[in-house]
Amino acid sequence: MKKSEWLEKYKKTLEKFPERKKEFLTGSATPVNALYCPEDIGNQTDAIYDGKIGLPGEFPYTRGVQSTMYRGRFWTMRQYAGFGDAEESNKRYQYLLNSGQTGLSVAFDLPTQIGYDSDHNMCKGEVGKVGVAIDSLKDMEILFKGIPLDKVSTSMTINAPAAVLLAMYIVNAEKQGISRKDLTGTIQNDILKEYIARGTYIYPPTPSMRLITDIFEFCSKEVPKWNTISISGYHIREAGSSAAQEVGFTLADGVAYVDAAIKAGLGVDDFAPRLSFFFNSHNDLLEEVAKFRAARRIWANIMKNRFKSKDPKSMMLRFHTQTAGSTLTAQQPDNNIVRVAVQTLAATLGGTQSLHTNSRDEAMALPTEQSVTIALRTQQIIAEESGITNTIDPLAGSYYVEALTDQIEKTAMEYIKKIDDMGGVTKAIESGYIQKEIQDSSYKYQQSIEKKELIVVGVNKYTMEEKTKGELLRVNPAVEAKQLERLKAVKASRSSKEVEIRLAKIREAAKGNENLMPPIIDAVKEYATIGEISDVMREVFGEYKERIVI
Amino acid sequence: MNAKIRVLIAKPGLDGHDRGAKVVARALRDAGYEVIYTGLRRTPQEIARMALEEDVDVVGLSLLSGAHNELFPAVIAELKKAGLTDVIVFGGGVIPEEDIPFLKKSGLGAIFTPGTPLKTVVDFVANNVKPR
Repeated sequence: MKKSEWLEKYKKTLEKFPERKKEFLTGSATPVNALYCPEDIGNQTDAIYDGKIGLPGEFPYTRGVQSTMYRGRFWTMRQYAGFGDAEESNKRYQYLLNSGQTGLSVAFDLPTQIGYDSDHNMCKGEVGKVGVAIDSLKDMEILFKGIPLDKVSTSMTINAPAAVLLAMYIVNAEKQGISRKDLTGTIQNDILKEYIARGTYIYPPTPSMRLITDIFEFCSKEVPKWNTISISGYHIREAGSSAAQEVGFTLADGVAYVDAAIKAGLGVDDFAPRLSFFFNSHNDLLEEVAKFRAARRIWANIMKNRFKSKDPKSMMLRFHTQTAGSTLTAQQPDNNIVRVAVQTLAATLGGTQSLHTNSRDEAMALPTEQSVTIALRTQQIIAEESGITNTIDPLAGSYYVEALTDQIEKTAMEYIKKIDDMGGVTKAIESGYIQKEIQDSSYKYQQSIEKKELIVVGVNKYTMEEKTKGELLRVNPAVEAKQLERLKAVKASRSSKEVEIRLAKIREAAKGNENLMPPIIDAVKEYATIGEISDVMREVFGEYKERIVI
Repeated sequence: MNAKIRVLIAKPGLDGHDRGAKVVARALRDAGYEVIYTGLRRTPQEIARMALEEDVDVVGLSLLSGAHNELFPAVIAELKKAGLTDVIVFGGGVIPEEDIPFLKKSGLGAIFTPGTPLKTVVDFVANNVKPR
């Protein structure tokens, strides 16, 4: 029987036994057919070998960037963590490492992320709330006490002041006797998505790109094992974009960074191998797997054909994933454990290199120790017990998954072209195009929930009276005062003369074009604060004004 | 016929999450209200100033960074200072249930936590705001 005949018969069946809804859509509102067959992927049985699907570890890396993938080693289990002050966060890091996580991921509070010291007047009530408060090198020393930085890789979610935190990390490691050449880790350092979806920008685009390319250059020589950027789609998706927009806008950002670095005089293969990415793992498992595969294929082609890289490492899209926080509910929070398990499957069937799983209390607070343990165990159970890590890219060849991979690739590339035609991401942000696309998606998504076209279990279906309230983490309110005391003590015990001299060197470098990393490192060594260093650059670079798009 | 009710949707403090604020703003606009959005990183003083300048009837505060107990009452205080004692204020974001009584005592008319249908927010405005 041919598919077309089957469809005729199917239509007749529906007259007696209708489908349960009028339309079936992916999580990104893309129509889904009842059935996919070889003809839906062009009858390409040779696609495996002709380079469209390809083989693991081989261009275009659709099936994975490493040849052994999880048969060699599992993805890094890397829980984003941090709250209160450095001491409290250090305790949580030790707990997580002892519980089996295999990499660190630092969450900083908003003052730190925006280059403010804890005593700045914009920071009342914010200190230590969404992450750890770091004002100076002193805090970093406490944060990583007892953690062997030559054995553990650390990802730091820091963007506008990434240079300062990287400098602190390097100096702290060197104080521990570890050479910067041996340090492994990542800084997020992706300012474009801050303008688009996340909001912790400081400076305008041009000087921000300069800071980023300075870091690329510095690390290529000094910290060669460091991932200098984590080009992010996670937040774009959390802001409400579709899966194809997540890929399209993220890779467009990637193009902008590669362009900027090349314009700054760097050779593409000198920095591109250390670019990394960060994606979301959302509810629609099969769409997410297709999304990750499409992203790898598109980037490989961009790096080879558009940017002419010769090093295969430049073409490999390596990524960290986080399960989608925005899908988790305050209602019946234990349901979130199940959602995260599904999203973990999506990320690992999609071949992620590193993963953070959200905790069940995500909609209400930072995770308790108990909640984060369940989230970590979710990864460990899927890695050790589910069997999906026994073979590489197991969903390849699924007619549906390959058709979706093709579809997402096509749509994402349309977005990339559109942004190219506008003159690049910076122009697209200035005009509000990207922000509006995301908001339109986000509003449609919310409306489909209100109309019950999209079901959220426990929220618009299967609701119930919530009886017991679980324990929630509350950041110790004494943290802010404690941090202010520590900041005062640091300022009192350092050489303010030396700090002034070092800050002046940063000012000079910022006005000129020498690499900013060395003078920032020198200032950090003298316990210059993040606020002091960021303010010097505020003086020279100015501050970004948000384009309000609604 | 009464003039359109004017709503200010505000983001106090350093929090950069604006998906909810924008969705609520759009829902209120679709329901027929005039909506002004402050953008990110507003101080309580700036919010009160914008509320005065835009002559609003309602202020909605969005905050997901945990600083609500400090910032929401601070906004109310600034609105009072500016003479805007009749303005209805509601809030939303990542706010634990146990903080809601304190916030209501501080002057917030309602707090909308995650999972709240947009209709609930729109109805609150419709049922609580005084016609112009």
